[in-house]
Amino acid sequence: MKLNVNGDDRDFDGDPNMPLLWVLRDHLNLSGTKFGCGIAQCGACTVHLNGKAARSCSVLAAEAQGMKITTIEGVNAGHRLLVAWVKHDVPQCGYCQSGQIMQAAALLDEKPKPTDADIDAAMSGNICRCGTYRRIKAAIKDAAGVA
Amino acid sequence: MSERKSGEGAQPSPVLTRRRLVLGGTLLGGALVVGYAATNFGAVAAGALSVGAVDVNPGVFGPFIKIDEAGWVTVINRYQEMGQGTHAGLAAIVAEELDADWEMVRFESAPANAAVYRDVTMGIQGTGASHAIAGSWDQLRQAGAAARAMFVQAAARKWSLPADSIDVRNGIVYHLASRRSETFVDLLADAAKIAPPEHPKLKDPKDYKLIGTEIVRRKDSQSKSNGTELYTQDVRLPGMLVAMVAHPSHFGGKLGSLDMSAARKVPGVVDVFEIASGVAVVAKDTWSARLGRDALKINWDDAKAETRSSDELRALYREIAKGKTDVTGAAFQTKGKVDDAFDGELFEASFDFPYLANAPMEPMNCVASVDGRRVKLTFAAQIQTVDQINCALAAITLPGMVEIETLPAGGSFGRRGTLTSDYIVECVNIARHVGGGRPVKLVWTREDDMSSGYYRPMAHHKVFIKCDEGGLPIAWRHNIVSQAIVPFGANELPTHGVKNSPYLSVASVVDAKIFTPKLAVPPGLWRSVGNSQSAMVMEHTVDLLARRAKRDPAEYRRAIFTKVGDVRKLAVLDLVCKKAGWGSPLDAGWARGLAIHECFGTVVAQVAEVSVLGGNLRVRRVVCAVDCGMAIAPNQIAAQIEGGVCFGLGAALYGRITLDHGIPQETNFDAYRVLRMDEAPAVETHIAPSKKTPTGIGEPGVPPIAPAVANALLSLTGRPTSSLPFVI
Repeated sequence: MKLNVNGDDRDFDGDPNMPLLWVLRDHLNLSGTKFGCGIAQCGACTVHLNGKAARSCSVLAAEAQGMKITTIEGVNAGHRLLVAWVKHDVPQCGYCQSGQIMQAAALLDEKPKPTDADIDAAMSGNICRCGTYRRIKAAIKDAAGVA
Repeated sequence: MSERKSGEGAQPSPVLTRRRLVLGGTLLGGALVVGYAATNFGAVAAGALSVGAVDVNPGVFGPFIKIDEAGWVTVINRYQEMGQGTHAGLAAIVAEELDADWEMVRFESAPANAAVYRDVTMGIQGTGASHAIAGSWDQLRQAGAAARAMFVQAAARKWSLPADSIDVRNGIVYHLASRRSETFVDLLADAAKIAPPEHPKLKDPKDYKLIGTEIVRRKDSQSKSNGTELYTQDVRLPGMLVAMVAHPSHFGGKLGSLDMSAARKVPGVVDVFEIASGVAVVAKDTWSARLGRDALKINWDDAKAETRSSDELRALYREIAKGKTDVTGAAFQTKGKVDDAFDGELFEASFDFPYLANAPMEPMNCVASVDGRRVKLTFAAQIQTVDQINCALAAITLPGMVEIETLPAGGSFGRRGTLTSDYIVECVNIARHVGGGRPVKLVWTREDDMSSGYYRPMAHHKVFIKCDEGGLPIAWRHNIVSQAIVPFGANELPTHGVKNSPYLSVASVVDAKIFTPKLAVPPGLWRSVGNSQSAMVMEHTVDLLARRAKRDPAEYRRAIFTKVGDVRKLAVLDLVCKKAGWGSPLDAGWARGLAIHECFGTVVAQVAEVSVLGGNLRVRRVVCAVDCGMAIAPNQIAAQIEGGVCFGLGAALYGRITLDHGIPQETNFDAYRVLRMDEAPAVETHIAPSKKTPTGIGEPGVPPIAPAVANALLSLTGRPTSSLPFVI
């Protein structure tokens, strides 16, 4: 099958029931999308499907076929969220952060000027065990230009 | 510890076994008891351990600094970077003394070689007890200063000027009067010919330009944001196979019968075989390994397994604390004559703590290859020397033949520091079976990780306290029940934070014992270790005592700290009270709770603002004051306190691993609830000024939050807390 990832059509001839997460990581060599829980509870594997945030551990390869898949590797290097993340020294262990950024990017696409409540609602599905939540929130607000 | 995690088949040689025990003792004694004189022993043992090791070429500036033709100053980090930001502090210490340009400083992981990269206090190479900065302070200042002196000397020779007229700033060596200047790169070849001075002159802290400033920031924020950081989970090597393991459902369980025929037929599965810790499925990719494992038909033999439930164990622990079982208590602090000291009216309190998982975001994993006697590991090693020894025993080779490339960890919180190297040995056993030097990546699912044990051990504390007329303790009896995390020597870790506490110091009679039950559930190191339980016990008890004496909790503590002369705690207490507005009114339905605790040499006080409006426990703000000696990287100190509060708060609110007939019930984040963004309080960090040697910051932010919340609840509801988690 063909999967459209970060604007490129990529061939995948494995198990169509393989979760998209493992297709990306093991077969397309895109390891920025992380494995955390496997049951859509932590958000470390967050990607965009047609612009909406989705947990790639719980989407099958066959289901992602025909959709525009965007991973952290497809995020522009100068993206305002990446800049804000570095400015606020958000990451600690860093393992959840690409998922956090993909979730935050989807939020800003939908709500360019999010309130604190919007951020909580959008981001509370993404776990960070290091507890960088407040810096994530500050970085999102900085990137969005809201105080 | 548990049979289910022991090394495969091979009989370890007695010499290696003895060495492992001795070194294990050094690790914990050295790491966790300040002043333990392990250094000399460590040097000898570390030399022996390095036989067969890949040579470490220290380079002209020694083993901790590399400077290249492009002008990069690379600081070699011998510790595990698991999020605690150690690398930034270490790099700042070097850069300060070297007068390097901070923008041109980066870091890389040291290879495993205890002869070169052992922690000077632990005597081995490893990361723990929040010790990286404290353990490197002298060594890295000297390394930086020596390199700087080499550049100055090189310039002095080249320019025929006296060395003491030459200065360095931002990587530029210059002579002001003659307006001559050259960069580190210009002088690199000449500096390399200068012998490093043995006793280089160190800066006076008043001249620091970098240390203690906001300039010191993480060096890995970019790679950790844009997805390019390489974790163990991301390793891909030519010919690499992916392995998953089916583990016994019970701790202490063993393989009964196995039917692997269906698993072998799963496309992509390469091999299925038994190992000491279960049944391994080796496949071409992760998903095939997973499907292969799902297809195994296994009956486990639970004859010797732990089959009790948490409720039974909790009841048993309470009986043990009363001295009603055959588990006897060992004294860990005694003072004065017990005689009639505990006669009359006593204050009594007891506390129950559940098992807790570390649950780092990256489940445990490892990449190993075994080629004859050569073992190569690529993973997020935390205690490299112990891992080398355990893997050498598994592969029947020398510890020095176990090469480790250390990658950053997607969190650890102690899980990657297990003294049995459980999952690492498992990976080596699989790679050994595969053989031929073919790399194998062992992948654990979240469920594997969370049900694997090495939990913060379940514990029970019971205190009996007699007070004077002013309500201050005069006699303190304390019984702790907890498994031993270290399987030899005194069961010391759970006593941390109780032993030598100022609240015991103020009493004239102390009778403190620890009871050590043996269970098949492997206990482990959980961020701040015993402190996370003892802080809850001590700080909540002290609030209860203050309340009983009708005294303000801050004033009550101040009286004790004054009496025992604990000036650091007094200063931190005053700072936190001032910044939190202690004693000033709060809006209706909210209350403050205070706690202060010393952990690994660092004192942290926290004031939490808590409400239970609408039946929901909410913590909206936590004000923290910290004395961690001289602050190296204030931004990262704040980050660790913020993170420590969230880690400790999530555990206090929700954390528990419940055993049902021995089987862990919470195996993923749906049942093992952790703190999420909408529950994360605003955390303010205030650093107490200090000129003392720096102490650690990775763990000390965790312990005070649970009692701070419990004390706020006490103030709100009048009800004491006797068990965690708060929310059932």
